[in-house]
Amino acid sequence: MLSEIAFYGALETGLIYGLVAFGIYISFRVLDFPDLTVDGSFPLGAAVSAVLIIHGWNPWIATGAAVLAGMAAGSVTALLNVKLKILNLLASILTMIALYSVNLRVMGRPNVALLSEQTVLTPWYDLGLAYHQVPVVLFLIVVLVALFLLWRFMKSETGLAMRATGANPRMARAQGIATGGMIVLGVALSNGLVGLAGALFAQSQGAADVTMGVGVIVIGLASLIGGEALITPNTVIRALLACVVGAIIYRLAIAFALNADVLGLQAQDLNLITAVLVTLAIVLPGVRNSVVSKFTRKKA
Amino acid sequence: MISADDLRLTFGKGTPLENPALRGMSLTVNQGEFVTVIGSNGAGKSTFLNALAGEVMVDSGQIVVDNQDVTRLPTYKRASRVARVFQDPLAGTCENLSIEENLALAIKRGQRRGLSTAVKKQYLGQFRESLSSLKLGLENRLGDKMGLLSGGQRQAVSLLMASLTPSSILLLDEHTAALDPKTGAFVLELTEKIIEEQKLTALMVTHSMKQALDVGDRTVMLHQGQVVFDIAGKEREGLEVKDLLGLFEKQRGLEVDDDSLLLG
Repeated sequence: MLSEIAFYGALETGLIYGLVAFGIYISFRVLDFPDLTVDGSFPLGAAVSAVLIIHGWNPWIATGAAVLAGMAAGSVTALLNVKLKILNLLASILTMIALYSVNLRVMGRPNVALLSEQTVLTPWYDLGLAYHQVPVVLFLIVVLVALFLLWRFMKSETGLAMRATGANPRMARAQGIATGGMIVLGVALSNGLVGLAGALFAQSQGAADVTMGVGVIVIGLASLIGGEALITPNTVIRALLACVVGAIIYRLAIAFALNADVLGLQAQDLNLITAVLVTLAIVLPGVRNSVVSKFTRKKA
Repeated sequence: MISADDLRLTFGKGTPLENPALRGMSLTVNQGEFVTVIGSNGAGKSTFLNALAGEVMVDSGQIVVDNQDVTRLPTYKRASRVARVFQDPLAGTCENLSIEENLALAIKRGQRRGLSTAVKKQYLGQFRESLSSLKLGLENRLGDKMGLLSGGQRQAVSLLMASLTPSSILLLDEHTAALDPKTGAFVLELTEKIIEEQKLTALMVTHSMKQALDVGDRTVMLHQGQVVFDIAGKEREGLEVKDLLGLFEKQRGLEVDDDSLLLG
């Protein structure tokens, strides 16, 4: 069984990946823009916040700077696509590759430790919560605030224009929506959220590392697809909830698989487990429907 | 008022597939006119409409809407003046959005969009009222996804969306062609009603000569990227499809061999 610490650890990373899943929801689902920039903007957020913190900046301001850095990275991808007409997927790969160098430049070395620094978590340890519960509480608040703001945004005039841009760009243009501008705004927003996730991850894990972005896109997608399999995303609020629930369940499943001794799995099997879980998440809803239809009579 | 002057556009310039779609197209549509446009396949009808909307940029020529030169403006910057209904019923609306969200998008056509709620309470009365004029019962289904509606219903809503805010010109691109005859007739009737009630200026492309003569108050025929004839008023009254064909042959000195023109 899962130990209490492993359980809270899974919740903590699950909440962080919930933010990543929000970002991926905006790019993949709202804008229909397959964006792999996140593999670079996640460590970018971590690097920017870590470097600013070790230079004595307020951790919240450092985290805000990480969001802006992520937004800038997203804007580059979107502009490569919108202005230079580079295929969206390729544009994001270009930015992702470039960010590897940028991240090394930002940190000046492959990793930056934050172990004895003030982070956004530091003041919360004095509140009397158990040590491993603190990040969960703080990150839950951050995720809920992000969820509320995103929900309001998607319901706003601009948010609706963004949804139309992804769903039917020709119609959006005919309604006077600058679709190129919407793509830049959306991909920037998406990567800003991923930058935030990277900054929080670095502060809770105590280090930023240039390789920490590898596979973030897959984990985010796994969370998104898994969540959508559990909560049908037929409204914006349900789609956003699916992101968080999917991310938490995904991390719990990983923690469970690694902790179950009978399975004999170890940490190095993580990517294999991820691939299997993503496959299951994609295939299972279809299987469920076909199984259900075998047992239910079709109504005329 | 919208006027196009000597529009020229060639697709695939310098390639073996070079195709001159517009070859000096000129047309002025005056305030309150309802012009029907006919022409065989490849006559340049769709390209002309796309050029007016801003979806394609012309190589040369000038497009003026309400005394403003819009020739080089992209679609979204013309949208405050140009409203449009597409041929494909799926193209004019977003199926993943609800009916009220689609209408909320349209009520802001060509205007600044901010961060306030898109579907405002004060819009709902107007939405219900306009939807009930369609007599399709859609006024009680504001929250339903657009994708749940039939092609004809979606086209009717598209038409409503195009007329929700004032425009200088309404472009209708064979908007009944993809519908079954009965639904097509319903949408056409609705089109005439809306254009008449709101005194809209409209340009309707159609494949059917009969439709072109039955509705509107002026008919223009395109051939090989140019206007070959333009009839209105007394000249147009009582004109039948065979007269139109005769006119066409006289103008061009050639036989019409396109079945689609005869069968319409």
